[in-house]
Amino acid sequence: MKVIVQLTLVSSAIVAAFIALLFSGQNDIFLKALGASTLFGFLSVVVLAMIWYERKLLARIQMRIGPMRVGPFGILQTIADAIKLVTKEDLIPSETDKTLYWLAPIVVFVPSFVVWTVIPFTPSLVIQEMELGLLFVLACSTLSIVGLIMAGWSSANKYSVLGALRSTAQLISYEIPIIVTALTIAMLADSLNLIEIVKAQSSVAYVLFQPLGLALFFIAALAELGRTPFDIYHAESELVGGPFVEYSGAHWSIFYLAEYFNTFLFATLVSLLFLGGWLGPWLPGIIWLFIKIFIVISIIFWIRGTYPRLRIDQLMEVGWKGLVPLSFANFVLTAVFIYYSWSLWILGFIGIASILLIMFTYKKRKISQPPEIILISSSEVRRV
Amino acid sequence: MTEDLALKYSAVILVTFIGILAIGMMLVANFLLAPKKKTLEKALPFECGIPASPFSWSQIHMRYYIFAILFLIFDVEAVFLLPWILVFMEPITMSPWVFYEMVFFIAILLFGIVYSWKKGMLKWK
Repeated sequence: MKVIVQLTLVSSAIVAAFIALLFSGQNDIFLKALGASTLFGFLSVVVLAMIWYERKLLARIQMRIGPMRVGPFGILQTIADAIKLVTKEDLIPSETDKTLYWLAPIVVFVPSFVVWTVIPFTPSLVIQEMELGLLFVLACSTLSIVGLIMAGWSSANKYSVLGALRSTAQLISYEIPIIVTALTIAMLADSLNLIEIVKAQSSVAYVLFQPLGLALFFIAALAELGRTPFDIYHAESELVGGPFVEYSGAHWSIFYLAEYFNTFLFATLVSLLFLGGWLGPWLPGIIWLFIKIFIVISIIFWIRGTYPRLRIDQLMEVGWKGLVPLSFANFVLTAVFIYYSWSLWILGFIGIASILLIMFTYKKRKISQPPEIILISSSEVRRV
Repeated sequence: MTEDLALKYSAVILVTFIGILAIGMMLVANFLLAPKKKTLEKALPFECGIPASPFSWSQIHMRYYIFAILFLIFDVEAVFLLPWILVFMEPITMSPWVFYEMVFFIAILLFGIVYSWKKGMLKWK
């Protein structure tokens, strides 16, 4: 009950700030509010379509036909699932820290929605253009870690605490390659404004100058989203469900929604930063952007249908010994090329050559053994 | 200029508010539609059929702290890189030292990661 009172206080403070802004003579606030609401509706529909598409694609990969019953080709299946989740009982286990438990899904969801403030679909179709747009996106995508650790910790369950700690370790490790490769792109475009970055690609998309950067960004984004092969923190066979073990009903579906918002966000970021965003011949810009996003999302789902999960020690090794040094090397190399104004095409060739080299050496690597497990009996734990 | 910035970032507050509102609607719908029958078994924490252990808030392995510290170092470095990438080619700051210094700085940090690698800090054990 106390939580609800506090929430009401906070939201009424926000409403008051809102009304104050309204009377300060800013009329486009209504327009922005309308835009944001439309955006939420649009993203929710996209998420429903994405879940349906993922299930269909995975089914086809495994030679099944996937959802078929609800609607033509099972297209209404996800809507039925959403309705079912809303009518499920919202359980709160007795030993939880109730405030944190209740707030955690909101803390995870809100950053993943707020990021879309600065994401442009075309130069004019954006809620708010910002000079520091890329920095804002990176900052917001880090915030949801706090929500995950709140969820895991407050559930007072061994599996969820382990899942929360692992998710934190994984997400902070793969944050660094993402930041550094995004900054490399910002260096090429000489701007952190996402619209300027796309405009700078009007002659050549940056994937041709930064093939290594794209590979690093994509792999790190998969880890950041917790998708296969990096879905350590909700590994069903080991941790039952990661930080969300205890959640049910609407709270659980909020986590799910945030996860798919983030998947769509990173697909959009890959298209904006590397594939030239809305630029392309003949078709209108927004259709080009959606074609690119669709291709990236399909690759993400395809990887889910193909690769097994990594172990946690392998995951950390790939992150710290592979992606972090490589992303810094790529960064310094790009800086050198820009400073001496050498041809960026050479950079592209170096990138492709290094990707081939890495693939070749990775095939011949020594496979690392799992870490030794020391078992301690529960009586010993109590003594400690 | 400041007013302009405040106006730009007010859009963020607006979108935050709309996000919370949308989620709140979902939670209210859940509150109204869902059944509410509390039983003792439902309120137990999830466990595979045995009584749950009471120690879930006590043990955290040391290795998480090590990776957190490493992350802090590299994240702070990214903050240093951020202004540099936008100005190092500007005519005002066009001095070779602006460039060399940053390369030197990254070299020191890469030495740091090589050192921790050799020390075995990057091993998950």
